[in-house]
Parts: sequence; C-alpha cells; structure tokens
Amino acid sequence: MLKVRVVKRRDGFMLDANFEAPTPGVVALFGRSGCGKTTTINIISGLLAADEARIELDGEALEDTPPERRRIGYVFQDGRLFPHMSVLRNLRYGMTRAANAVQRDHASPTGHQRIELEAIVSLLGLERLLQRRPNQLSGGERQRVSLGRALLSQPRLLLLDEPLAALDAARRDEVLPYLERLRDHLSIPMVYVSHQFDEVLRLATHVVLMDAGRVLAQGALNEVSLVPALRDIVGADSVGAVLDGMVTAVDAAGSMADLRVGTGVLSVGVRGVGVGERVRVQLLARDIILAVEAPRGLSVRNELRGVVVALVDDAEDAVLVTVDVGGASVLSRVTRTAVAALGLTPGTGVWVLVKAVSTRGHAFRVGRTATGG
Amino acid sequence: MHLSPAELDALRLSLEVAARSVLFSLPLAVVVAWLLTRGRFAGRWLLDALVHLPLVLPPVAIGYVLLLLFGNHGPIGGWLHHHFGIQLAFTTAGAALATAVMAFPLMVRAIRLSLENVDPGLEAAARTLGAKPLDRFVTITLPLMLPGLIAGAVTAFAAGLGEFGAVITFAANVPGVTRTIPLALYTAIQSPGGDDQALRLAILSFALGLIGLLLAEILARRARSLVGR
Repeated sequence: MLKVRVVKRRDGFMLDANFEAPTPGVVALFGRSGCGKTTTINIISGLLAADEARIELDGEALEDTPPERRRIGYVFQDGRLFPHMSVLRNLRYGMTRAANAVQRDHASPTGHQRIELEAIVSLLGLERLLQRRPNQLSGGERQRVSLGRALLSQPRLLLLDEPLAALDAARRDEVLPYLERLRDHLSIPMVYVSHQFDEVLRLATHVVLMDAGRVLAQGALNEVSLVPALRDIVGADSVGAVLDGMVTAVDAAGSMADLRVGTGVLSVGVRGVGVGERVRVQLLARDIILAVEAPRGLSVRNELRGVVVALVDDAEDAVLVTVDVGGASVLSRVTRTAVAALGLTPGTGVWVLVKAVSTRGHAFRVGRTATGG
Repeated sequence: MHLSPAELDALRLSLEVAARSVLFSLPLAVVVAWLLTRGRFAGRWLLDALVHLPLVLPPVAIGYVLLLLFGNHGPIGGWLHHHFGIQLAFTTAGAALATAVMAFPLMVRAIRLSLENVDPGLEAAARTLGAKPLDRFVTITLPLMLPGLIAGAVTAFAAGLGEFGAVITFAANVPGVTRTIPLALYTAIQSPGGDDQALRLAILSFALGLIGLLLAEILARRARSLVGR
C-alpha cells in the first residue's frame, strides 16, 4: 500500500492532497495542468520540501529519508538524460550507485528481484542505442532510456511526470506499449502523472482525481470514471464509464472480442487479445443508447439488461443516466425530452445498447491474467 | 627567428608564471564561482566585490597590497617564511601569485557563466538516482562546466602572460627569476639602443597571443562536443 499525505502552501496556491493506492500497481494522478500533480510527486521524491509530508510505502515511512537514499525512481517529462554520457553510461548511473548502497548497508533490495541491465535493454528495445549520445536520440528513444535509467536504480517506487507530454502523437504511440510492458512485467509500484485521460485509461490500475490542489476522488478507474466532476476536466465528449472484463471469445478476424462484464457479455473492438486476458473499455456516454422495451431488428451488437440508478443534469439540456448492468455501471447521455418520453427514473429497467464499433480505440488489454475486476 | 638566451628565459618565465597562476587559482575559482552562483549566505555581495576588485584597482596597487601582506615581514608572508621557509616576494612563485590575483576575476566570471548554464534539473535527476552532493558535483556539474572551465583557464593564462604592474611591484624585475616577456620588453624600451630588442619581444608576445587564442578555440570545441552540445 502507498499512503501519501502532502501539504504545501505557496503564494496563491495550496496543495493539500491525501491518497492511498494498492501496491504494486499504477496509480494515476489525473487532473488539469497546474492542479498540483507534479508538486505532489516532487514531494514524494523528496526533491521538493513540503510543509507537511507523510509518505508511507508498504508500511515504511519515507519522508525523512534524503532523496538520494529514498530509492524512488523519477522519470521526468523532459527525460533529463546526462548529455555528456552515452546511453549505456546513463543507464549505469543509478545502477552502480544502487549496488554500492546495497553493499554498504548490507541490505538486500527489499524483497524485489534485482533489475538487470540486459533485461531492461531488451524490455525497452535499447540494444541499438547503447553507444549513442542523448543528443542523437529521438524524443521517444530519450524517454525509453530515461525509463530504463530510473528502473535500473532499483527503485521501490517509480514516479513518472507526464513522460509522454513532450512527444508528438506518433512518438506517444511508440512509447505507450513499453509502459504497458513495464506495468505487466515488473512488480514496481508506479505513480503516473498525466492530464491525458487516454493514457490513464491504458495504464492505470488506480486513479486519483485532482483539482486545484485537492483530491476530488480516488479509487479504481471504473469508480472514478463515474464521478461527475470528471466532466469538467476531460470534457463532455470524453465522459464515459470504464469497464474491465475478461475476454471469453475472440472473433475469427481477431478484431472483436467478447468481454464478460458484470452479468452480461459485451462485444468490443480490440486487437491482439486472447481468451482469459483482461480488457478495459471505456463506453463513452454520448455513444450509449437506452431503451425501455426489448429492441428488435437493430444492427447494434450489444444489448445489456440494466436498471437506472441515478440521473444527473448535464449541460445543454442533457441528462447523464447511470445504469447498473449487474455489478458494473454504465453512463449514458440522453436528452431531457428522452428522459421524459421514456419515463426514466431510478429503478426503471432498461436495455443498454452499445455499438461494438464505437468502442474501437477505447478498449485496451490491461493485464495478462484474469484476476480481479 | 632565433631567440637569445635572455629572450628564451623571458619566454620560459612567462609560460611558467602563467601556468602556475592558473593551476593555483583554478580550484579556488571553481569554489568561489560555485559560492557566488549557488551559495546562499549573508556576505555574498562582499565576496563578489572582493573577487572583482583587481579589475578596477591599478595593478601596481594590487602588487603593493600583496607586498604588504606577503612580504617577508607581512602578516602572511612572515608566517610562511617563519614556518615553512617560503619566500614569495621577488620570486617566480611570487610573480605567479600576483598574476593569479590579477586574472582571478576573469576566471571566476567564465566559470560562473558556465555554472549558470548547468541545468539544476540534471543534478536533481542524479539525486533521484542515488548520487550524494560531492558525487553529483564531480560526475554531473563539473563535466558540464568543462567548456567554461577551459575558457576561464585559457583566458587567465593569456592574461597572465602579459601581467605587468602587479608582478613588477610585488616580484620586481629580476632577470631569469621574475623578468617575464612584458618586463623584458619594458626593460628593453628603457635601455638606450634597445629598440630592436623591444620589437622582437613585441612580435613574440603577438605570436604567443595568437597561438593561445587558436588553442582556446580548439579546446572549447572539443569540450562542447564532449558535453553533448
């Protein structure tokens, strides 16, 4: 478990954040620019002094340990590779110092298995970059080296400060799979700072929603995706419930998969997944159709039975309807007139209609094993 | 152009004095530059002013102050002489000291500039990778300052070759001991019929200066590519 409580006052700004997240796992600090996310991880790393700090990782208090002995890795937004060293020397910088620290303290790297250079080089695809200088690398390569360098310092916690923010879309898509691999292959807890919801969707196992220096909501992504305050941060069109499900079947073309979600089955557009794997999908509220009678003769591939649990007024004469579909929740944005016409109130039984193709690009494999929900 | 033994002596002395002054003042200049850039202490402005004093004082005055302090009866010179048998006034070492003091502000300025260009973010990154303060300074800060260090050293060396006032006041004009090229040039100008001699020495100074500048440029380029700029 990672437990963080930080307070910092600066002229005109007050950070007072308090969150907990299970370890290992990827906890995303999500919020607009300037909401205190980076300040929070700078305090966790020890690089920034706080007015009040309590940082507890798996029962051990870290706030009084100097940063150089905290064993918290940090991947900066701008990479911060040492320009006068080759990639290999950059990678070894933290590695040798961690090894020396272990020898000096006669301590073993607390339970974790040692992260070897060869393993990281192959995991991050750095083989052909080792002799290069940082100024000979592309932005994406630089961030991969930066990731490797931080991991090789044998951290017990890895902080990532918008590692993809400085990259263009193509480079982002190049680095994201590597981040997914780290999440799936290493057991190092990570704190991932981002203001891009799609990154959170792909990487996070736990979300802390921040705004103006405070934590608005925290929890599993499925729960946080239902929080109304999220709308102001991601924009109305990006609001949508996030569901995790186990793949029960894959179509012949390998482009669609059936997920067990709650008590129903959802067919989504996702490539490269196998039966038994866990897939996460965001069903955008604007794409979801509700029906109060059993629909017939529609092209829609997904019809989930559910019960309306809440209706919240949304902007522009729309209503955000939360529907329980048997252990999981779905959000649908419908007009006020439709609510009246269908007579939707809490307790109304509905069919939730989801076009499978609308989920393409919003569904991602999130784990190799079919555990948890 | 063949050099006479006296000219060779002057050339050798100039190089020696300049080299010794640079070697002596470089580490100190790094410390002072670091204090002035990163230090947060009350007397910072005083240190800043003190370092820059030789730029605005007459060199002869600096030489005189050195004589008062480091002469055999001065508070520091007397102590050095009594305990270690070291004499600075009227020696080659003394000439180097006077040269070092005069070139110190130039050196500190160059190093300070390079230190200001070192991204503190890189030091912070090194810190998260387990590097302690001295380790960070030696492995990150110092190598990234290298272009400035070289620039500072070369500038100070070149300035040291030509230092006159402070040297002649503190170390006098002793042939083979403190008579560097500018002092020899001065002596030649003062001697009847020394015009040829003076011209030869002036040309020598000129050549030295050119070589120094060229060398500085080559070194600076190498250093820049070394730090990946």
